[in-house]
Amino acid sequence: MTVTTSSDANGNVSAATARATERAAESAAAAAPQPVTFAKALNTALADALTASDDVVLFGEDIGTLGGVFRITDGLTARFGEHRCFDTPLAESGIAGMAAGMAMNGMRPVVEMQFDAFAYPALEQIFSHIAKMHNRTRGALKMPIVIRIPYAGGIGGVEHHCDSSESYYAHTPGLKVYAPATVADAYRMLREAIDSDDPVVFFEPKKLYWSKETLDLDALRQQYDDGADASRSEGRAVVARQGTDATLIAYGPSVSTAMAAAEAAAEEGRSLEVVDLRTIVPLDDQTITEAVCKTGRAVVVAETPGFASVASELVARIQERCFHSLAAPVLRVTGFDVPFPAPKLEEYFLPSVDRILDAVDDLQWEA
Amino acid sequence: MGTEQPGAAAASAGEVDRAAYLDETARKFGISVEDYLLPTHGSIRILDETGRLRDVGEQGTAPGHEYPMPEADELLAAYEALVVGRRVNDQNSALVRQGRMAVYPSSHGQEACQVAAALCLGDNDWMFPTYRDSVAVMTKGIDPVETMTLFRGDWHGGYDPAKYKVGIQSTPLTTQLLHAVGVAHAAKLRGEDTVVVAMCGDGATSEGDFHEALNFAAVFKLPVVFFVQNNQYAISVPLAQQSVAPSLAHKAVGYGMAGERVDGNDLIALMAVMRRAVRLAREGHGPLLVEAHTYRMQAHTNADDATRYRQDAEVQEWMAKDPVTRMRTYLQGEGVLDEAAEARIAEAAEAMASQLRDGLNAEVEPDPEDLFRYVFTEPTSQLAEQQARLADELARDAATQTEATR
Ligand SMILES: Cc1ncc(C[n+]2csc(CCOP(=O)(O)OP(=O)(O)O)c2C)c(N)n1
Repeated sequence: MTVTTSSDANGNVSAATARATERAAESAAAAAPQPVTFAKALNTALADALTASDDVVLFGEDIGTLGGVFRITDGLTARFGEHRCFDTPLAESGIAGMAAGMAMNGMRPVVEMQFDAFAYPALEQIFSHIAKMHNRTRGALKMPIVIRIPYAGGIGGVEHHCDSSESYYAHTPGLKVYAPATVADAYRMLREAIDSDDPVVFFEPKKLYWSKETLDLDALRQQYDDGADASRSEGRAVVARQGTDATLIAYGPSVSTAMAAAEAAAEEGRSLEVVDLRTIVPLDDQTITEAVCKTGRAVVVAETPGFASVASELVARIQERCFHSLAAPVLRVTGFDVPFPAPKLEEYFLPSVDRILDAVDDLQWEA
Repeated sequence: MGTEQPGAAAASAGEVDRAAYLDETARKFGISVEDYLLPTHGSIRILDETGRLRDVGEQGTAPGHEYPMPEADELLAAYEALVVGRRVNDQNSALVRQGRMAVYPSSHGQEACQVAAALCLGDNDWMFPTYRDSVAVMTKGIDPVETMTLFRGDWHGGYDPAKYKVGIQSTPLTTQLLHAVGVAHAAKLRGEDTVVVAMCGDGATSEGDFHEALNFAAVFKLPVVFFVQNNQYAISVPLAQQSVAPSLAHKAVGYGMAGERVDGNDLIALMAVMRRAVRLAREGHGPLLVEAHTYRMQAHTNADDATRYRQDAEVQEWMAKDPVTRMRTYLQGEGVLDEAAEARIAEAAEAMASQLRDGLNAEVEPDPEDLFRYVFTEPTSQLAEQQARLADELARDAATQTEATR
């Protein structure tokens, strides 16, 4: 075990010592906006959360020495010690169940599921216990657990590596469901998820891991640590692009596709608004309603198969709240109701810019 | 364990029955039930690391765990499969590098295990492989290009499991072991003579399904041979972090089945152990658990960087135990493998490699409408609608393209 910060007799790095070292390192590095990947933002959020509280522990498959198959935990074992970031035996149910027990005993576990479909063995623990514990014990036990899941397609992955499984979790009462779409949100939302006293299923769009934004991570950290209201994302959708003709509603990997569609539509003279949900549970009905009522037209974009999905829920709620402002039925562009296809067929499955534009064309425009 | 008192009030008929069955098996070998269930000390190893035959006393056998030498012609055929298997691995790895495949989990170094798992089976027997077991699948007689369809990324599988009696190559770890148990149970209920070899890796033995499968197989006394290729790593995680059991084969005992360890780079020992395990299962003494001690010579897949978690020295150490070299040395020493045979085998390996190259280099355009064809036996009206929508979209795209090129 290598601990680069000072440690006490038991090898435990105290949060205070680590924080001081952290600050020193921060001021040494010139704080300036620079290109940061989604993966780096997540890694930094994990490191900052480990620094902020000794109760935070990370575990999962291959997340220690290897730093995770996507390197999201890269360097964290070396920096914080094996007691803070460690590999478990290969068992997802074991990982989730142990997280529940650790949460009962005062810790804040952050666990990684290696891929979306490999989280399924853990569903018993997640659905039957993690989601229900608080309710069952009338609030006596909290489950401050984060279950990180690299998810969705667009990377040419073979089967079981590309599922959009958010609808299962969103359907389960008691679980919060986060799906960041930008690098800055990756940082903020992961910090927020870890600080949440409720269990959060945290969906990381794999295709965005190596996407970059120019930003100042130190400033983001500062803002978060200061509790700045602007950095709160739970239950707060953002209007990622203003528009007047129709509203695209998306989350996670579909936001960038929706943004590209809005860009293409602008060239054709149509002004599309894009709403990025950020968190699916809790859902920001207000921002969605306002954005749709303003334009009177809406298309929901999501990779998940559309049937009985998060997309279905969004359409239902928009219809309930915006009926009298709607000029056209609310449409969906989602994955088909088929198993996620093999790499060579995924382009036909995934929502694309063209498909979104087609849906927008179908929104009953008067000649 | 041992002889139960038939009169014991608490013992149900089932318990007496179960104990009697183990007892009978042990009696057959003239050993105690405990000695039957427990793996012998160390691993069964017939060839030493240089390819010399070990003395019988050194082979790892204990009373009741004796393994007779397979016949020379059987060994030569197995060696041929081994050489072809090595060529398959190396050709596939090259095809991944050339972008002809999405991913390939190579079994380079584990080919002796692959070959033994396939060759120990009879025509009516089944095999349940993992993603790493492509060579075993091909050795069982499945078309190499059909086998590689999964990794090429055209479809989630390329062969018909029922036709070949080989399960789909399973990625969700150990889920296939329960399918193996189910196939064996169905065969038993129908009175069919079917043994099933169910394969997984060392890391996978930590999954819940592994334990459920072993227990089911033991409780229902099913003819399943669980075959664990312990290649020391589960991606980056070494076995020591996976299990602190004396060996993975010892896990069998807790379920009331026999376990055995074998040198996974010794083709002769593997053939002997797997053949016996299959025979015992067929005779009604199953299930059994066989752990083969081997090494994953290459990265987990082409997407993995093994230098992040293991030392090159360790890999070098295993290089010296290469199953192909060992077997070649032995067969040459015995005069079974002469230059002509060697040339013929090399030719077979090249033929396989060129079949893979030709098959995987051919441009096969997958049909997008296949997305909808197999979700159900008959498409639902919703799927039919979605299929029509996609067809329309593709037709419009084609029209725009023709327009553009005009
Ligand atoms: C249920 C499940 N969890 C996680 C994974 C991801 N995964 C694929 S292979 C692997 C390692 C398996 O190691 P082992 O069983 O030792 O077999 P090996 O790959 O070494 O042959 C992991 C973690 C998976 N495929 N299925």
